[in-house]
Amino acid sequence: MWRKWIPFWHSGVSLHGGDVDMLFIGLLIASLLVLGLLFFLLTLFCVRYRASNDVDRDHRITKSWRWEVGWTAASLAGFLVLFVWGAEIYFQIYRTPPDELSVFVVAKQWMWKVQHSGGQSEINALHIPVGRPIRLVMASQDVIHSFFIPAIRLKHDVVPGRYQDLEIEVDKPGHYHLFCAEYCGTEHSGMTGEIVAMGAPDYATWLATQTPADSLTQEGGALFRELGCSGCHGAGSKIHAPSLDGLYGRPVPLSDGSFVTADDKYIRDSILLPRSQIAAGYQPLMPSFEGKVSEEQLLRLILYIKSLGGPHP
Amino acid sequence: MPDDGAFAPQFVSARHRDETAELGMWVFIATEVLLFGGLILGYCVYRHAYPAAFAAASRHTEIAIGTANTAILLTSSFLVACAVDAFAEETRKTCVALLSGAILLGSLFIVLKGIEYAGEYREHLVPGLDFKFSGELANGATLFFIFYFVATAIHALHMMVGIGLLMVLARLILRAPTARHRAALHSAALYWHFVDVVWIFLFALIYLPGRTA
Amino acid sequence: MNEESYLNAGYTLRSWFLTTDHKRIAILYFASLLFFFSIGGLAATAIRIELATPQADLVSSDMYNRLFTMHGVIMVWFFLIPSIPNTLGNFIVPLMIGARDLAFPRLNLLSWYLFILGGSVTLLAVAAGGIDTGWTFYTPFSTLYSNSYVAVAVTGVFISGFSSILTGLNFIVTIHRLRAPGLTWYRLPLFIWSLYATSVILVLATPVLAMTLVLIVVERLLGVGIFDPKIGGDPLLFQHLFWFYSHPAVYIMILPGMGVINELVSCFSRKAVFGYKFVAWASLAIAAVGFLVWGHHMFVSGQSLLASLVFSFMSFIVAVPSAIKVFNWTATLHKGSIRFDAPMLYALAFIGLFTIGGLTGLFLACLAYDVHATDTYFVVAHFHYIMVGGMVTAYFGGLHYWWPKITGRLYSEYWARIAAVLIFVGFNLTFFPQFILGAEGMPRRYHVYPPEFQLWNVLSSGGASILAIAYLLPLFYLAYSLFFGARAPANPWDAPGLEWQTPSPPPEFNFVSQPVVTRPPYQYTPDFHAEPQNA
Ligand code: HEA
Ligand code: HEA
Ligand code: HEC
Ligand code: CUA
Ligand SMILES: [Cu+2]
Repeated sequence: MWRKWIPFWHSGVSLHGGDVDMLFIGLLIASLLVLGLLFFLLTLFCVRYRASNDVDRDHRITKSWRWEVGWTAASLAGFLVLFVWGAEIYFQIYRTPPDELSVFVVAKQWMWKVQHSGGQSEINALHIPVGRPIRLVMASQDVIHSFFIPAIRLKHDVVPGRYQDLEIEVDKPGHYHLFCAEYCGTEHSGMTGEIVAMGAPDYATWLATQTPADSLTQEGGALFRELGCSGCHGAGSKIHAPSLDGLYGRPVPLSDGSFVTADDKYIRDSILLPRSQIAAGYQPLMPSFEGKVSEEQLLRLILYIKSLGGPHP
Repeated sequence: MPDDGAFAPQFVSARHRDETAELGMWVFIATEVLLFGGLILGYCVYRHAYPAAFAAASRHTEIAIGTANTAILLTSSFLVACAVDAFAEETRKTCVALLSGAILLGSLFIVLKGIEYAGEYREHLVPGLDFKFSGELANGATLFFIFYFVATAIHALHMMVGIGLLMVLARLILRAPTARHRAALHSAALYWHFVDVVWIFLFALIYLPGRTA
Repeated sequence: MNEESYLNAGYTLRSWFLTTDHKRIAILYFASLLFFFSIGGLAATAIRIELATPQADLVSSDMYNRLFTMHGVIMVWFFLIPSIPNTLGNFIVPLMIGARDLAFPRLNLLSWYLFILGGSVTLLAVAAGGIDTGWTFYTPFSTLYSNSYVAVAVTGVFISGFSSILTGLNFIVTIHRLRAPGLTWYRLPLFIWSLYATSVILVLATPVLAMTLVLIVVERLLGVGIFDPKIGGDPLLFQHLFWFYSHPAVYIMILPGMGVINELVSCFSRKAVFGYKFVAWASLAIAAVGFLVWGHHMFVSGQSLLASLVFSFMSFIVAVPSAIKVFNWTATLHKGSIRFDAPMLYALAFIGLFTIGGLTGLFLACLAYDVHATDTYFVVAHFHYIMVGGMVTAYFGGLHYWWPKITGRLYSEYWARIAAVLIFVGFNLTFFPQFILGAEGMPRRYHVYPPEFQLWNVLSSGGASILAIAYLLPLFYLAYSLFFGARAPANPWDAPGLEWQTPSPPPEFNFVSQPVVTRPPYQYTPDFHAEPQNA
């Protein structure tokens, strides 16, 4: 944060990248000071008190505990500073992102599948506009992967069975490495890609040239019919199932008396584990779609349900 | 009480040897606490996450057998404690009889556990082999039953080791008890009580959720 | 060689393989560990050759994954954890405390057999086709996706865990009950304190690993399990359980080394260890606080930010006692009379390398930097600095120091010094470039990598070849000394410890008569009175 007051400090290519670099330099300086002192003393003592050297060795009067307290306190103080510094930046890096431009990332052995909300999809590449926070919604279809962009000093694991939000922002146009940092099997080291950061006009052109078959939401709508969701949730259905209009983002009363907010995770759970949370006033009739829908289809369904409106559009 | 006189050279006396052995048993029990502790911790995490499913699954366990087994184990522990008390040259027959009682009860526990397992198999409650959970909440119930089988199987394994220990000791004591066997009996009893205490925890965690209301 | 020596107590195979003498069991361990270290080292050699170029040229990806997994599994569980405790510890602990054996000699032998059984099962898995999960066995990859011999390898580790537990139990009871008359806690050498702390961890952490491994095997055999995200299980629960063991385990892998360094530093500067009580309690503090920091391996896994905060804080706290030790060793040199025999060279190398490893541990404990550095070569360099630069160095130092006692022969000081320097140079050349690689963002467990990382990788591989030669050297001159070395006197270093008061090699029951202790440890100067420290 306060790096902006330091003259000549290059700010890195992202919002927090420069902060992390500062922290690194700080850690490095602290370590070098400690190491310097230590190596200096070691060398000094080894030379001065080598057995063949004739020096005064009377050490009986040393009051050792003062030294002990001294260096214990000094280390502790140094450690506390480093701890607070690191923690502060960490909380900024991982703050819960607001609902900015969302991009969906599905990790699977051994590729990154990216879905832009306009329907453009790409594999092992992610095109983003510069200077603008982007919210990644990440899911894994099989094992744990980890989304790692060294240039912006940022990574996060993608654990199957849950969504992971991550906010990224790149401030300089360019091509950057994307790595999978969590070991995930045979082609783990091949699960790499490219982040392409572009100026806003270039990005717009790029989006336009990618020919989306359909927007994700439309595809979600189609799925909603194909999978038979509309049979229950559609208007005029004979089954007593809640209408999904205006659901997204609204608090939902559950049969056990509690409330949950209908966010991505809730909808995902409703589809995969419908019995875990039953909406109040309904029978647990909905079948589980576990194993019947892929992560990519789930994303589309969620987008579709989202498009049906919510408390704040 | 005759002492077998010989003790390994690292000890200064037979008593030193026996106290050392007992300390060893306490350290071993510390290990065991952590062994079951890890498992029980995992159980608690999931029970917290899926309270309804765990309660529902718990209602599918055989409370009758579980309660009977608790009573059986408590009694056996009592018998073992009495056996330690009765350990003396004159009363060695009583001591052995008490131990045999505990052995029998322990074996009964295993048999009942087997019956319970068989019942659960018939009701399709064994994850991985044959699992059909009629109620809702099948996923959470699967988690519950995996814990159930792992925990009770490991516990049963400990029971069998304990039974073996008691059998060996009963035989030795019947032949000719020595001071050395007193220490051994003492340690074996510690172990037996420990296994018993573990069961009390397992009983509360496995059979009771969902049965309070 | 004195006729009474434990080495002369029998020559048959039976007298070795059914022995309950802690000294012979230590030798059995030593030979087995040499074997496992060679296998782990060969795997490391293959890894480094492969990584000399960015492309895949020596092995396939599958093979590469098997190599580093085998390297990690064998080095951690079958070399480093038992290294100092089971060889030097087994041999020296009873001697140091004036006992005739460990408390439970037969358990000690059983522990070796379990170790060999566990090792054989693991090697069986390797021979059958290997295992490719990494030494951390993360689920759901290890349980539901990997098609290698996970269950077998895990069983091997499981069995060896019981060997660890038995060793820890034996040491705890021995140290409590078998100390010589007059040997109060504060008269114990610091090596004993650190092994005591190690044993506490062995006894309390290993069972959690055992249970976790059982759960993995269950999940693998049944196809469903409690870490299975498909039924709502949580893969992070596995990580919590695994690190609850494995973080304390890293202190199993350093505390014994620190213990050895105490002995070496004080012996070769002929001075008591500075701040004895602080160093002694620091060992126990590390063992205790070490149980509360496991979450620092999961800063980017999605555990709650608050949990990360606490674990980061505790990680800094656990570094304090290590700092205390480093400063006390340095202070011990002050006004000493320092000799630079090979063990002392190793000790000095240890202090430097351990500090570098520890300080980079702080980089990782520092939340925001770990987000960047985790799962990169920065971590790999961090732990090799501590485990290889620290613990393996301490192991070599201790081995040289007690070699005359164990074998009754003197090794060649000349060659030993050459090897020590060569190890130091080779080591730094191998692992320092990996810090740079990590800081630049090269992920670990990567079979192929972008070409811009090649320079540092080549340096690292070059260093590894120096290191390999340096590690082979001792094999030769130590073996040579066994047959042609000069006979060692009882106390070649002129040290006051009890282990030096008995002939080299010691008789079967260690002491001719029961020693009685009347002084604090480390009384190198005759007119020396205990420092009025801590007063
Ligand atoms: C013997 C083994 C050993 C030891 C002793 C340590 C010691 C420490 N380790 Fe390390 N560590 C490992 C082995 C070890 N580690 C392994 C194997 C891994 C990777 C596992 C895997 O993923 O495969 C790992 C990973 C690891 C991570 C996770 C990285 C990641 O994957 O994201 C972290 C994070 O906090 C960490 C921190 C520390 C700290 C703070 C210490 C501290 O205890 C260090 C304390 C010592 C010092 C600090 C030096 C002396 C101090 C001074 C001279 C004081 C003066 C200093 C100042 C005032 C600044 N280690
Ligand atoms: C615990 C101890 C330990 C030790 C001692 C070592 C020693 C070495 N390690 Fe390793 N290492 C680990 C523990 C250890 N390592 C762990 C836990 C991992 C993580 C695994 C994972 O990701 O899952 C790892 C990972 C690891 C990697 C990262 C792989 C990757 O992420 O892709 C690398 C790469 O350079 C490496 C290199 C080395 C080297 C060059 C040595 C050298 O120091 C080795 C030097 C030794 C020799 C070269 C042997 C000498 C030869 C003989 C003694 C006899 C020769 C034999 C015969 C004649 C039969 N190690
Ligand atoms: C057999 C009928 C049926 C089908 C088919 C069905 N549902 Fe449902 N659904 C229900 C019922 C009944 C509920 C209310 C009970 C509950 O919460 O489980 C429900 C609840 C939900 C909820 C939670 C709504 C709220 O208000 O809490 C969502 C989201 C949902 N369904 C989405 C879907 C999607 C997407 C599909 C298709 C992939 C689908 N459903 C298919 C019957 C069905
Ligand atoms: Cu995906 Cu590694
Ligand atoms: Cu750790």
